[in-house]
Parts: sequence; structure tokens; C-alpha cells
Amino acid sequence: MSDLHVRIWRGDAEGGFSAYQVPRQESQTVLDVVTYVQRQLDATLAYRFACRVGMCGSCAMTVNGVARWTCRTHVSKVIDDQGALEIAPLNHLPIVRDLVTDMAPFFDQWAAASGQFSGAKTRHDDFATVPPDSPARRAIDAAIECIGCGVCYASCDTVAWNPAYLGPAALNRVWTLVQDARDTATLDHLRAVSGDAGCQACHTHVSCAERCPKNISPTVGIAGLKRALTKATLKGQL
Amino acid sequence: MTRHIHRPSRMNDARSRQHAGWWAFALHRISGVALALFLPLHFWALSQSLQGPDALEHFLRWTDRPLFKFAEWGLVCLLALHMTGGLRVLALEFLPWRDWQKTLLACSVGAAFVVGCAFALAL
Repeated sequence: MSDLHVRIWRGDAEGGFSAYQVPRQESQTVLDVVTYVQRQLDATLAYRFACRVGMCGSCAMTVNGVARWTCRTHVSKVIDDQGALEIAPLNHLPIVRDLVTDMAPFFDQWAAASGQFSGAKTRHDDFATVPPDSPARRAIDAAIECIGCGVCYASCDTVAWNPAYLGPAALNRVWTLVQDARDTATLDHLRAVSGDAGCQACHTHVSCAERCPKNISPTVGIAGLKRALTKATLKGQL
Repeated sequence: MTRHIHRPSRMNDARSRQHAGWWAFALHRISGVALALFLPLHFWALSQSLQGPDALEHFLRWTDRPLFKFAEWGLVCLLALHMTGGLRVLALEFLPWRDWQKTLLACSVGAAFVVGCAFALAL
């Protein structure tokens, strides 16, 4: 198999791409390529990964212009006709160095969106009973498997156009809480996601749903939040 | 808590926008802007009636030529695209849905195409 022509982003926001030749292998993932460069060609390359099996959400990068989880992305799936691979840090986040972005702005939006569960029960109370096939529980099931990789945030053009925008992942999280029968702060959640930076700012590009490696559709949750906000507003609750 | 409101470090390029949802957004936005740009011309044309029925009639006769007919067809297509795109957004936001957004997009573009064809045949 011929070598891969890999271009990797080096430096901070003012940096640029450096070229590397990496041996092509069968079933090679993009993370394998980055690891080869760091271990065999240039030990100063900074990148982030942990589990390598699509659970931790730490290895997301921009591969040939598209945000992806690199540990589960096969080179054969993303390579172009010339065998070229361009690997850059996630968009819309400050670059610490090379392929490592500062994820703080991404997770700060979860906090700003009121993404914390608020319950009324204590450990001394009995378990809450939530029927598994209830519509609310099904809606939560469809949205709950987020691994916090930031792919949706990096893919969302509304994030680029409105830096205060809470982003798809944070809004998806709030959607699961608003659907949660045990959560007692529904109106607080809805207040946190209203306004210029909230769910109404979504332009329905559907890029988040298109790119989410876990096949979650934050657009569904954002639409649900808009409906919930409309209902609460009409009832005079907000 | 410190909120990091930041300037995006790197922006998405065209490669990340190659999917149906983004094209639907682009069509809706471009048709909307084009219609908004047309509106002043539309109002100006209507204002000809303020100078009497003859002035309006003269202007309407002047526009009765192939180039304007073609432009009129384009306008109907833009209206159809913008309306069906808007109905798509309303359906996304107010109906329970999950996996059929691409079907919805195909329906909206298809409906716009049908309207465009129907108007072209009626000309």
C-alpha cells in the first residue's frame, strides 16, 4: 500500500500545516495516523486521546474539513483520490497547541445552559418510577448518549456567527433535563435557553445531527425546547 | 463561573457544509434575500398607478416581453422555494420528527419545482 500524504496543523491559531509521509495500513484509523506521526516522526506533536474506542469523546479533530471522532474514523472512509489527509484541531475552540483545543468554552456553555440535574428526592427516598416506553423517556433515550466530544459544536455555523450561542450539545443536554420527570427546575432550564444565545438562535442547518458520531440529533432537542418555551410563555410561566 | 466568550479560532469551510440540511438553509436564505431585494422594485412598479391608470398600463405593457417573463418565472420559483423552505422549518419545529428531515427537504424542493414548472407551462 502506498504512503499517505498527511498534513497536520502545527502551532496555535497563527500556525499552519506541516506535511508528513505515513505508511498506509489496513483498517487504519485517523487516530492511528496521528499516533504514528507523534511516535515515529515528531515527538513534539500535541494531540489528545484516551479510550480509543469511541467512549471518551476526547480525540475529535477536523479531518479533511469535517469534524470527526478520529479513533472510530477509518482512513479509507475520509481519504481523497490523491491519498491526502488533512488533520486540524476542532473549529470554533481556542487552539492550545497543534491538535489540542481548549474545551473550556464548550463545557462552560453546558453550565450556562443550566445543564445540571435538580431533583427533589434524597438517597433516603425510594427510586422514582419512569416508564421506559413513555414518550418523555424515549425522547431522553434518543439524546442521552452524548460523549461530549465537541463535534457538533465545531460543525455548527451558528456557533461561529454568534459566539455566545450555547451550542447543540448544551441544548441537547437541557432537552434531556426538560423531559426528565424527576427534574424540578424545568422553568429555570427554559429560562437559561431562551434569548439571543439560546435555542431560538438555531438556524436549522442540521450540521450537528449530520456530524454527531453517536447519531444524536440535537436539532430535535432544540426544536423541542422551542416548543416547550412557546408553551410556557403562552401559559405565562416565564 | 467564568464564561469564555471567544472569537472562533478556525471557521468551517465548504467541505463541512456538504449535506442536505445546509443546502436547504442556503436555498431558503438566498431566496429570502433575493425576494427582499425585489420588494422595492415591486413597490415602485405598483406606485406607477398613483400617476393614473394609463401610466400603470404603459409600464405593464412595457414589461410584456420575454426577458421579463423569464424574470417573472424566476420570481415565482424563488417564492415557491422560500415558501416550501419555510413550511419545512415550521414542520421541523412544530411536528414530532426525527429521521425524516431529508424526506422533508426533498418534498419542499419537489413542491417548489412543481410550482416552477406549472408557472412556466402557464406562461
